[in-house]
Amino acid sequence: MSTTVTKTRDPRTGNDREGGAERPVAAPRPGSLRRIMAVGVLWRALTGSATLFWAAVVVIPVYWLVITSLRSRADFTADSPLALPGHPTFDNYRTVLAGDFTTYLLNSVIVTAATAVVAVVVALMASFAIVRNAGSRLSRVSFRLYLLGLAIPLQAVIIPVYLLIIRMHLYDSLLAIVLPSAAFALPITVMILVSFLRDVPRSLFEAMIVDGAGDWRMLVSLAAPLARPALMTVAVYDGLQVWNGFLFPLILTQSGDKAVLPLALTLYRGQFGIDVPATMAAVVLSTLPMLALFILARRQLVAGLTAGFSK
Amino acid sequence: MAAPALLLFGLFGLVPLVGVVVLSLARWDGLGSVGWAGVANWSAVLTDGATWQALWLTVKVMVISWLVQTPVALALGIFQAPRGRLRALFAVLFFLPLLLSAVAIGLTWQALLDPSFGIGATPGLHWLAKPLLGSPDLALYTVIFVIAWQFVPFHALLYQAGIRQIPTVLYEAAALDGAGPATRFRRITLPQLKYTMVTSSTLMLVGSLTYFDLIFVLSGGTGGPGTATRVLPLSMYITGFQAHDMGRASAVAALLVVFGLGLSLLTTRLSGFTRMDSQQEGM
Repeated sequence: MSTTVTKTRDPRTGNDREGGAERPVAAPRPGSLRRIMAVGVLWRALTGSATLFWAAVVVIPVYWLVITSLRSRADFTADSPLALPGHPTFDNYRTVLAGDFTTYLLNSVIVTAATAVVAVVVALMASFAIVRNAGSRLSRVSFRLYLLGLAIPLQAVIIPVYLLIIRMHLYDSLLAIVLPSAAFALPITVMILVSFLRDVPRSLFEAMIVDGAGDWRMLVSLAAPLARPALMTVAVYDGLQVWNGFLFPLILTQSGDKAVLPLALTLYRGQFGIDVPATMAAVVLSTLPMLALFILARRQLVAGLTAGFSK
Repeated sequence: MAAPALLLFGLFGLVPLVGVVVLSLARWDGLGSVGWAGVANWSAVLTDGATWQALWLTVKVMVISWLVQTPVALALGIFQAPRGRLRALFAVLFFLPLLLSAVAIGLTWQALLDPSFGIGATPGLHWLAKPLLGSPDLALYTVIFVIAWQFVPFHALLYQAGIRQIPTVLYEAAALDGAGPATRFRRITLPQLKYTMVTSSTLMLVGSLTYFDLIFVLSGGTGGPGTATRVLPLSMYITGFQAHDMGRASAVAALLVVFGLGLSLLTTRLSGFTRMDSQQEGM
């Protein structure tokens, strides 16, 4: 190593190092070099081994889930758990698909899409109003209310929600899941859209007002198109929450034909009992739509997952 | 324009918030008519040892989860921050748990940890062939581990994003001054990650009040064995929807509200979230 400042190549990836805790290291003052190198190796070994360990912790259960779903019942009790199946079979998948799986899938899709659309459209209107009337007391108070909403655990208000849904004669319908889910998606959705719309230059709105545009016109032709990336992100985030949601379906629906996938999985467990491979096949099938989304739209999914929590 | 959102959020968010306090003073079995009970539910709940045990378990899960998840997520975030092919592969692997619903994760781990047919039957892994979810001493820690499995990837993503935002120039300056990796981590990475850490911790702490789905599935809807994993949300569910005492369950739920609001206030106070600058990333 020379004592001039040079950009080093990352020995492990061949890329110029960028980002992260390891940066191009200029040559340090002579004397401390050996100590620094040693600490560097140790540091990398530490984060590296933590990573490897966690990778194993993550991968082994997922691997086990997939191969177990491909075992026959006889093999399940006979084979060693992590060995490849002796007689791989798709029978478990046939068993699951022969039942009501498509009904559950359709319910999940309907509930997820409806909730995401309702939450995003309604939140966009509210955020626009909050940003445009930023000075008014009403705008400030309502924004505070949504902030408060972030801190309310779902479980804490499920009993009154249950009572409301019964009194509205919505119990055991898909709408019973959509309305409360959309309501609880609002705080975070409004929060993110408000912080996005705040950054839209005022001059753009003023130019439209000069041209005689009203609020609706500005919302549709200016705010919505500009906020499209943010809208996508919150739609994905809200959709994910509902897609995986379990509490509302558990409490607010009852019949099998109204079950969404997470609830259906618990029904399968009851139905299959000790037939673990069949239950695991149901778990894999219920995850396939998310996997497809991950493969097709990874960027949007990652952005949606960490919506608003990091830019 | 703001009306539809306020109506929806008011009806299902704010009204139930008041409703839970009202119902905690009522007598209701969840089916018939709602009657008046006065403070009977509260005195019953507050003098019941089970309530305090559920509260203690909730705090325990919250604290241990934070202690386990934060260092692991931080280490993974640091490792994944530099871009590279190998790291991209790891990133995909770490992403897997995020694709599964809590119920799917619960069912998988329940079967995986089965003492007879689970992973413990693998040669060399017999030490796992214990009733991890079935023993009162181990069940809670097993649950905390599975919760970490579910949520670490998410927090690792947050830390990775946070680390990628640290200006490179800081590291270059430190390197010129002869600072080693450990010093750079302590003096640059950690202080620069303060905001990310607050966000992640807030989500972890407030989120731990809502760990319901996973524990429900892992314990077969009982919070068991016995009451070993019966945290507050489960206690609320069992009291209300299994024992049909909605009044008492509402009192427990009201405790949850107080807990959640208190935690949020505390963390936002500490971090100055409420300033809501548009310059500041985050909520």
